[in-house]
Amino acid sequence: MSDVDATAPIFTGARRAALDALLTRYPTKMAALLPALWLVQETHGWVSDASIAEVASLLDLTPAYVKGVVTFYTMYHRHPVGRHFIQVCTTSPCGVCGAEDVLRAFVRHTRVPELGVTSADGQFTVVEVECLGACGFATPVQINDELIESVTPDQVAALVAARR
Amino acid sequence: MGYPHKSHPRETPVLSRHFGDPDARTLAGWRQRGGYRALEQALGQTPAEIVTTVKDSGLRGRGGAGFPTGMKWSFMKPGDGKPHYLCCNADESEPGTFKDREIMRWTPHALIEGCAIGAYAIGAETAYIYVRGEFTEPLQRLTDAVREAYAEGVLGARAMGSGTRLDIVVHKGAGAYICGEETALMNSLEGRRGVPRIKPPFPAVAGLFGQPTTINNVETLAAVPHILANGADWYRGMSLSSPKSTGTKLFSVCGNVRRPGNYEMTLGFPFGEFLHDVCGGPPVGRRFKAIIPGGSSVPIQTMEEAEATRMDYEGFVAQGSMLGSGGVICIDDRQCMVRVIARLARFYAHESCAQCTQCREGTAWTTRIVERIEAGDGTFEDLDTLLSIADNMTGKTICVLSDSCAVPVVSGIKKFRAEFEAHITQKRCPMRASASASTVAVAAA
Repeated sequence: MSDVDATAPIFTGARRAALDALLTRYPTKMAALLPALWLVQETHGWVSDASIAEVASLLDLTPAYVKGVVTFYTMYHRHPVGRHFIQVCTTSPCGVCGAEDVLRAFVRHTRVPELGVTSADGQFTVVEVECLGACGFATPVQINDELIESVTPDQVAALVAARR
Repeated sequence: MGYPHKSHPRETPVLSRHFGDPDARTLAGWRQRGGYRALEQALGQTPAEIVTTVKDSGLRGRGGAGFPTGMKWSFMKPGDGKPHYLCCNADESEPGTFKDREIMRWTPHALIEGCAIGAYAIGAETAYIYVRGEFTEPLQRLTDAVREAYAEGVLGARAMGSGTRLDIVVHKGAGAYICGEETALMNSLEGRRGVPRIKPPFPAVAGLFGQPTTINNVETLAAVPHILANGADWYRGMSLSSPKSTGTKLFSVCGNVRRPGNYEMTLGFPFGEFLHDVCGGPPVGRRFKAIIPGGSSVPIQTMEEAEATRMDYEGFVAQGSMLGSGGVICIDDRQCMVRVIARLARFYAHESCAQCTQCREGTAWTTRIVERIEAGDGTFEDLDTLLSIADNMTGKTICVLSDSCAVPVVSGIKKFRAEFEAHITQKRCPMRASASASTVAVAAA
């Protein structure tokens, strides 16, 4: 999604209407911050400084404040990521079921240089994630918005090939 | 309900009765299954009557702390002229726990109904359901169900055709374990960094947006319609042991176990039978070595303790642990306990909000030491240091994340000291003599 101009204003037209609708759900403007940041990320794929400034101005906050919030949470990307953002849970319940081998298989098949660094073709970013809340289905892997349960290392090549 | 969603005859499916049944997801389907009758009934009662029923049922919080739900609701003072709020904690992220996910995926209207009743009982017009950001499907199911509930007049200015206004807002988190802590969740909902607040004031006095607030777990709220529909006596009657532990509880079972999944048990069920009969025991040819019975923040149990446990709030405490969130993590004899504990410590170090020194420094320091021991570079002095750090991390911070990191370390060293010592004396992990433990685990899965 890095081909999108991440500095372009986001809250125009339908997205401005979506933000206005959000504001009716909370007694303060600030409470719409996380949902507004989600709208940013859904649009641009990541949250740029320009978007932070835009959100800050719309919600009567300072850019420094918004940046402080953005960086607290793990799911907002501060840089463009691959077209397929792959999160592999390796926390203990999955760890004892072999999650680290699944993680290694994703690194190998996507040919990413290392965890968190996007592959040269811009297709894949692989990260280790803390507990996805699907421990009974080890190893859960989340690719963008899709959670795939019970992934084993030998399934990884096909999962990657299908998205390449 | 095991996986995929087939009930074991020894379960008591109340909350999980419709797991795996896609028709139960729609409002019409939910109504056909008896849904929303409890809400209709509730709106014809006074809030005080509902609070009394919930108190009498013995229902306790299912998120981890086990606080009596009716008593929590009674802290909300009616007629104080302030807006009241209900928060539903759907930030399920305690390692080992995946029950709220299934409630939201399969029976979103059960949660909406529970929230609506809870909101009415505490004098709130608005309930916020805070769902962890990674839960894409539960978020979608819940959002669809809320939309449907508004369209059909279940929610809104005249909920169920009554004179009562009930609004429900689904709020998406953005990735932070700490937001499952109640005051951190409120900060996050307000658009702040999700750091816990100092208590007092407690949420019932000054919670969300500074107003009186009650916060309940998904499973707790989903149980409420059943209690109203069937009565407090019916719920209290579901107990196999302590009268302080009533009703059913979802147990999420994971790790090295034959049949992982969610199982709904009457509280007081024997834990040994649960593990071996209901969940099928350890993988073929293996034996259980340890159990973490209530999510990663509770003390590790030896098998002697686990086999002797009654599955209720008091029963787990009596056997050296806690019921917690009901996330049962099974660890078999292939696993290195030091490695398991190191990974748990790393989890807490990653998730510390860094507000309190003991937690910020302690979780990171603990992780470094346990990882060093696991790698074969530890000393006996390290064990004393770990216990000393753990002592300084317990009961000294704003929230219990710090304590939660200390718990597996202290219980691990106490109950599996020989494994720690073997790493130190052999200067390597004795379990990784041939193949890595994780490789073996995958091959056998």
